[in-house]
Amino acid sequence: MSYQGHFRIWRGDVAGGEIQDFTVEVNEGEVVLDIIHRLQATQAGDLAVRWNCKAGKCGSCSAEINGRPRLLCMTRMSTFTEDDTITVTPLRTFPVIRDLVTDVSFNYAKAREIPAFAPPKGVAAGDYRMQQIDVERSQEFRKCIECFLCQDVCHVVRDHEDNKDSFAGPRYLMRIAELDMHPLDEMDRKKQAQDEHGLGYCNVTKCCTEVCPEHIKITDNALIPMKERVVDRKFDPLVWLGSKIRRRENV
Amino acid sequence: MSDREVQRHRYDVVVIGAGGAGLRAAIEAREQGMRTAIISKSLFGKAHTVMAEGGIAASMGNVNARDNWQVHFRDTMRGGKFLNNPRMAELHAKEAPDRVWELETYGALFDRTKDGKISQRNFGGHEYPRLAHVGDRTGLELIRTLQQKIVSMQQDDLRDHGDYEAMIRVFDECAITDLMQDGPRVAGAFGYFRETGDLVVFEAPAVVLATGGIGKSFKVTSNSWEYTGDGHALGMRAGASLLNMEFVQFHPTGMVWPPSVKGILVTESVRGDGGVLRNSEGKRFMFDYIPDVFTKQYAESEDEGDRWYSDPENNKRPPELLPRDEVARAINSEVKAGRGSPHGGVFLDVSTRLPAEEIKKRLPSMWHQFKELADVDITKEPMEVGPTCHYVMGGVEVDPDTTAASVPGLFAAGEVAGGMHGSNRLGGNSLSDLLVFGRRAGLGAAQYVGSLGGRHPAVRESDLDDVIGFALQPFETEVGENPYEIHQELQQAMQDLVGIIRRPEEIEDALARLEKFRERATKVKVVGHRQFNPGWHLALDLRNMVIVSECVAKSALERQESRGGHTRDDFPAMDADWRKVNLVCSHAPGSVEVDLKRQPVPDIRADLIALFDRSELAKYLTEAELAALPEGDLT
Repeated sequence: MSYQGHFRIWRGDVAGGEIQDFTVEVNEGEVVLDIIHRLQATQAGDLAVRWNCKAGKCGSCSAEINGRPRLLCMTRMSTFTEDDTITVTPLRTFPVIRDLVTDVSFNYAKAREIPAFAPPKGVAAGDYRMQQIDVERSQEFRKCIECFLCQDVCHVVRDHEDNKDSFAGPRYLMRIAELDMHPLDEMDRKKQAQDEHGLGYCNVTKCCTEVCPEHIKITDNALIPMKERVVDRKFDPLVWLGSKIRRRENV
Repeated sequence: MSDREVQRHRYDVVVIGAGGAGLRAAIEAREQGMRTAIISKSLFGKAHTVMAEGGIAASMGNVNARDNWQVHFRDTMRGGKFLNNPRMAELHAKEAPDRVWELETYGALFDRTKDGKISQRNFGGHEYPRLAHVGDRTGLELIRTLQQKIVSMQQDDLRDHGDYEAMIRVFDECAITDLMQDGPRVAGAFGYFRETGDLVVFEAPAVVLATGGIGKSFKVTSNSWEYTGDGHALGMRAGASLLNMEFVQFHPTGMVWPPSVKGILVTESVRGDGGVLRNSEGKRFMFDYIPDVFTKQYAESEDEGDRWYSDPENNKRPPELLPRDEVARAINSEVKAGRGSPHGGVFLDVSTRLPAEEIKKRLPSMWHQFKELADVDITKEPMEVGPTCHYVMGGVEVDPDTTAASVPGLFAAGEVAGGMHGSNRLGGNSLSDLLVFGRRAGLGAAQYVGSLGGRHPAVRESDLDDVIGFALQPFETEVGENPYEIHQELQQAMQDLVGIIRRPEEIEDALARLEKFRERATKVKVVGHRQFNPGWHLALDLRNMVIVSECVAKSALERQESRGGHTRDDFPAMDADWRKVNLVCSHAPGSVEVDLKRQPVPDIRADLIALFDRSELAKYLTEAELAALPEGDLT
């Protein structure tokens, strides 16, 4: 039932580091995070890793396994053979702090730049009425556990540090879509998505959707519909004319 | 930074813990004008609250208009076997609806009823459908909503003060190891940043403990690594007392296989939505385990139980929905009697009860969790489940209205506070507890700070030296033990000796071992340096786990009856005389020993006791208490 598995784990900090080899016991039914914990308890007491729930619900234990962004707690050892060597490295898009722990503050900074829910004026708490079918679109995006795997995999920032300023990343573009589709939110968010948060950078390769552990259709259901509506606003002659007239009234 | 250098921050209110209670407390303190710090052991938005699945209990009456706070109060007291602090249960039942509605103004999106209101689902021990929910990921919705509310307040502060963090700041991956005091009064909190290992002191006249529970002292638990009883231990070391620590809830349905996921929670919603428990003989055994106090509320036959889902007015609910303590003990008995499942649990089956699509819609996380972690498709086959350590009812003794502990300037809300849930918590009452008492803690702390008129207690430099020494000691030890080994032994001891069914000689054995763990925990050696060093973090958390475990074991030995989350093999029945007794643990000044004393349970006000009929009260109260009730109909 158990065997000695081969692991290669990146260890180091901001000053540099290297992949280190470990041979460690693997038991039936385990996930990669179990192996990391066994290494901590037996061979590397100070091996740094983030984790919380160990049930795929908190999105803390994000790392790259054999080069693919994954949750350590949801990657089962049974998906590998006993002879496979499993390489675990920190998320590449974010600066490393130590071992498998990276500085994900980029994401929290982006979160703060998205204007919050704009509640309907004149509707008291307790009087909100929404139909299930209308909340379901945003509910899909609210399944997000903020593991930041989509942010990590997105090529716009993965290999282009200089895009980070102007691009919020899939998670936060989806947050804008979520608020935009909220039945009672009072703000128009499409222009902001395009102008301030870099929606235009997304060229729909769907890598974010592929790595999402919650299986949210980030590209199809959040980003593409928003792109379409941005396009409508920009090029629809009626919308264009309407906006000109309104602007003139404000003068 | 040099070894002993300490960052300093000054705030009006410091909230330790960034789960539901902590975030709601911080929102309130900030709204009261306090400069507020939130201290989170994890990243912002990862707190254990995300694990809550079923929902938030609040008698909004959206699904059954007969529901109201009095019915919710009654269910809560029954669930806690009348040992609840009645004022807390009252405030909780009254205020929960407002706290839920308020979340919608922050942007929460709950599942809806046909007329567009917040949908409410059935849950164990709740008379009517009462839990506001979002599929089976309600905790995630709660934490994200509160997180986003805090971000929105920070956006307001940027607009008004030019700085996101002018009034409220989150210090993430920061752990507190000691409270600072000026005489008895709270003066701040001391700790370290996980990321850098830098030391930090927060100077603040008010501290809110919102650190959650203690589950990591047990081997099989649904709790995350954070649940090491930090707030319980910090409070106790500062002079506060811990109430009724013997009451530990074992959730009846945790995963039992594969081993690496043992203990992970399977939501009670599975049963609320129609799932049934069966033993290896295929029998729905819960019908054999309906205790006397609940015979009036639960169905006697499978037919009646099944009819209840569509016609709750004319049928009684199935016994799968008994309070958690009853279901956990029943499962334990079935497994012991040799009628368990292959991996030592029982079967929980929803596959024969609902269409596959309906299961995926109502229980998406459960479907996902079993599919990905156990290769089980819950729409096609039953799950294997067994009890898992889930929640501690015991906690810091607080004033119900303000959440103030006995230490001036110290407040506690959520799982770390005691009293609200009596001897057993109902599902769904945790998230509502976080919101109701989180808000009250923020308010209580703000009022306390206001009452000081600017005369704030001061942190003494000599005290700072002591707490720095305490925090860094694991690096000083030349020859010492591995903290991971002590932790594993502690978990095994608590699991085996102070678990679901307790025997006095085993508890005594646990206490003897705990005394050694306490000693060993001070001689732990860690390798490496201070930057993100999990061995060091565990070494410090271990001390808290030992204190809390001692309180659990001592109280468990003292209480000679079985009630809620405390079952004694030698005293299997509930005893009305013990209902009047709270057990309270504290440290004598300057001592590391745990002192235990008995204290009367607060009286239930006449208008609240009148919500029950005399025949029900007769199951809980003593002859003398019953005789003292007014004549005739209590209502």
